[in-house]
Amino acid sequence: MDIVESKVKDQLDVFALREQFPVLARRVHDEKPLVYFDNAATAQRPLKVIEAMDDFYRRYNANVHRGVHQLSVEASEQFELARDSVRRLLNADSVREVVFTRGTTEAVNLVAQAYLRPRLEEGDEILITHMEHHSNIVPWQMLCEQTGAVLKVAPINRQGELLVEELASMINERTKLIGMVHVSNALGTINPVEEVCRIAKKHDVPVLVDGAQATPHMAVDVQALGCDFYCISAHKMYGPTGIGALWARESILEDMPPWQGGGEMITRVSFEGTTYNDLPHKFEAGTPNISGAIGFGKAVEFLEETGYEGIVWQEERLLEYATERMQAIDGLEIIGTAKHKGPVVSFTLEGAHPNDIGTIVDHYGVAIRTGHHCAMPVMQFFDVPATARVSFAPYNIRNEIDIFLEALGKARDMLA
Amino acid sequence: MSIETAQREIVEEFGLFDDWMDRYQYLIDLGRKLPELDAADMVEDHLLAGCQSQVWLITEGDADRMVFRANSDAAIVSGLIALLLKVYSGRSAQEILDSEPHFVVEIGLSDHLSPTRANGLNAMLAEIRRQAQLALQAA
Ligand SMILES: Cc1ncc(COP(=O)(O)O)c(C=O)c1O
Repeated sequence: MDIVESKVKDQLDVFALREQFPVLARRVHDEKPLVYFDNAATAQRPLKVIEAMDDFYRRYNANVHRGVHQLSVEASEQFELARDSVRRLLNADSVREVVFTRGTTEAVNLVAQAYLRPRLEEGDEILITHMEHHSNIVPWQMLCEQTGAVLKVAPINRQGELLVEELASMINERTKLIGMVHVSNALGTINPVEEVCRIAKKHDVPVLVDGAQATPHMAVDVQALGCDFYCISAHKMYGPTGIGALWARESILEDMPPWQGGGEMITRVSFEGTTYNDLPHKFEAGTPNISGAIGFGKAVEFLEETGYEGIVWQEERLLEYATERMQAIDGLEIIGTAKHKGPVVSFTLEGAHPNDIGTIVDHYGVAIRTGHHCAMPVMQFFDVPATARVSFAPYNIRNEIDIFLEALGKARDMLA
Repeated sequence: MSIETAQREIVEEFGLFDDWMDRYQYLIDLGRKLPELDAADMVEDHLLAGCQSQVWLITEGDADRMVFRANSDAAIVSGLIALLLKVYSGRSAQEILDSEPHFVVEIGLSDHLSPTRANGLNAMLAEIRRQAQLALQAA
């Protein structure tokens, strides 16, 4: 089973794109071509990102914002250019609104502790949805324990779609924040963020959006969405791990006290007191992930050069083909059948545990995710212990889906 | 039978297979033949942490003769469990602590021993050894 090279050149030159990702040439388990369908866990990195990070270490590694020497100036420049790339990605007004974090998880925790905690009183409510990743559940639960606030959960339907009217009816004067995922990693559902933000605005409730799975697949405009906080991870969008960003309106960030203390986030320290640095540095204590930020910036450039139009075009075709073929398999149930979906197919197969499926298809070279996808409440809602999940990137091709389906058939025979 | 003999038997059985598919098929079949647990056994207290599939492990007996019963909702893991039970169930706590599970590597399943694998073979081995230690302390 080799990957057939047929030129697909309508909207996107997929083979030129594949060449930018060295890992796609790998062979695994006795020389089988790697079929990487675990993109929602982490995407692969293009040469542009790898080379930029390599170049930083080879040519201008230095700490940022501190030195007078040339290397430090260069590193600081590239670091701040990367911040501007992230600003462009989200169509934010100013780089002052872009705080580098370790990723989505840290961004949510930052908002929970620095923004919401001082504003919460016992009995106040935080409203999230039933399809959140644990990173948009647990920080709020911890905050509830600390403050006596209450976590409320807006329901979803059997297709895995958010029930917006129910969510609206759950907002009241005690609701202090709405947290929602833009694109669900476990179900693929694309949520109507704009609509929820419009409703929230009427009640003057801020909205935090977990955009980890959105920026890899669609143009995001935080101003058009009307949200107040937007959290992303570079590694989901072809950048490095350990870096991401929080976007928030400047006025909100100005009002927020710093979260962690240390170097970088101050302008003056004495034992009598400390003056905090300006935005966004007041939220970036300590030496940051400099190479990571530079790689993150290049990942944004990669997305800009590739173009969301082509990305969406390729991913929609893959999703449609995979869905069609998988629906036809006896005993296979797709979990998450929302009308608006990202390129994710979560599924169960009668008589076969997802873990067994994952182990067997791996031997055919196909990397898929199995488990609860850090969204245990979603699994509970659909009453399954786990699912298997394939998730696509624009460098994936139809033939890889065929290889996966063949491997899945083998797994099914072995497990029957 | 001793732990050593049981391990040798397993290695011999697996020696008959020359590709991974046959080995897995055999594991899956072994898992299928594993006696089912009662609902009373499949409770949270018996659930092992560190496994992606659900694994229930029940320890009975004492330091002279430790008896393990276990099962999983996943087939390959159940097969691994069947092997572990063959090796460790019915042995003394001391023998369990004195032995190394070398058969895992010898039958080409060492992949499953890596602590980063979420299938829980490691977790099961650790729990069996922990139970043996507890039994010795209680003796
Ligand atoms: C929807 C969603 N939210 C949040 C996260 C957490 O991102 P990270 O682990 O990069 O902080 C992920 C990734 O696992 C995700 O898929």
